[in-house]
Amino acid sequence: MIFIGVLVAVSVTLVWRRDGGSGVREILTSDLALFGGILPRVLAGCLLGAFIAEILPHEKVSRSLGPSSGLKGLLIGTPFGAILPGGPFTAYPVAAALLTVGADFGATIAMVVSWTLIGYGRAVAWELPILGVDFTLWRIILSLPIPVLAGALGRVVYVRVYPKGEPE
Amino acid sequence: MTAAVIIDITLWGSVAVLGFMVWQRGRVVATAAAREGTMDFINIVPRIALGVIGSGFIAAVIPPEVITGWLGPDSGWFGVLTATIAGGLTPGGPVVGFSIAAVALKVGGGPPQVIAYVVAWALFAFQRMILWEIPFMPARFVWFRAAVSLPFPFLAAALAMVIGKP
Repeated sequence: MIFIGVLVAVSVTLVWRRDGGSGVREILTSDLALFGGILPRVLAGCLLGAFIAEILPHEKVSRSLGPSSGLKGLLIGTPFGAILPGGPFTAYPVAAALLTVGADFGATIAMVVSWTLIGYGRAVAWELPILGVDFTLWRIILSLPIPVLAGALGRVVYVRVYPKGEPE
Repeated sequence: MTAAVIIDITLWGSVAVLGFMVWQRGRVVATAAAREGTMDFINIVPRIALGVIGSGFIAAVIPPEVITGWLGPDSGWFGVLTATIAGGLTPGGPVVGFSIAAVALKVGGGPPQVIAYVVAWALFAFQRMILWEIPFMPARFVWFRAAVSLPFPFLAAALAMVIGKP
């Protein structure tokens, strides 16, 4: 977050030098409006995450999505990410909830990557109208193996980086 | 606007259904879960604020023309590499990302390069990471996820080259 803060400060300075105070105010106003608009969704996402963490049986999740869930865990994470409704305000709280209740990095990576790459929401709402059916379909077909591969790669790297399990 | 309304209905509908399921396990459990969700929300608001307000300024510093330039009618692996970097640096939401891809296709960008661009945008768009992924997920997870995702724009481009589609 410190890194982002610095990046933001530099960008604000650049905008201010280029466009003056009015340019900064203009961006600030539209960003504040956006911020106000998404707050209720963020609240909904947080509640969703907390409820899911409560409902999902922990042993079952760590068995089917945990470090030793094998390919099956990745194959569960992928369609789960693809069918998850809503936007980033649901995907990330739900992914964080999965980590809390015992899913490992691999399965969670598969879910997050599947949500960004083959989640239907963005494809139907934006990609199809802008890029056309042919491109979108092939783009999704070419992306199909990526969540499972990314999750598998994540697991391989994870045991190399943290051979003794997750540090806390 | 309609899309936003549908999203909100689905979202709050899911909250209501899951909230009801939690409620059935007992009042104490439901109150605790709702309190935990609300606390998460309160903790996350400052980070989202920095993300939303800040990324608007970062986006203003990166003009879309630069990105389109990088996606020009290059071909080969260098084109895939620049497309991948451009995807991660693309500011704004899905409209911007997909529109730039559409422009790149129109001005003669190779389909594998544009595939790499769209995949890289989905995986690494900095605004989504700053605004959503970093506030919600453990920092270690985000860097880890991004690192292991690095090969995949290249893989998608390679597959596109092999099958000759789209």
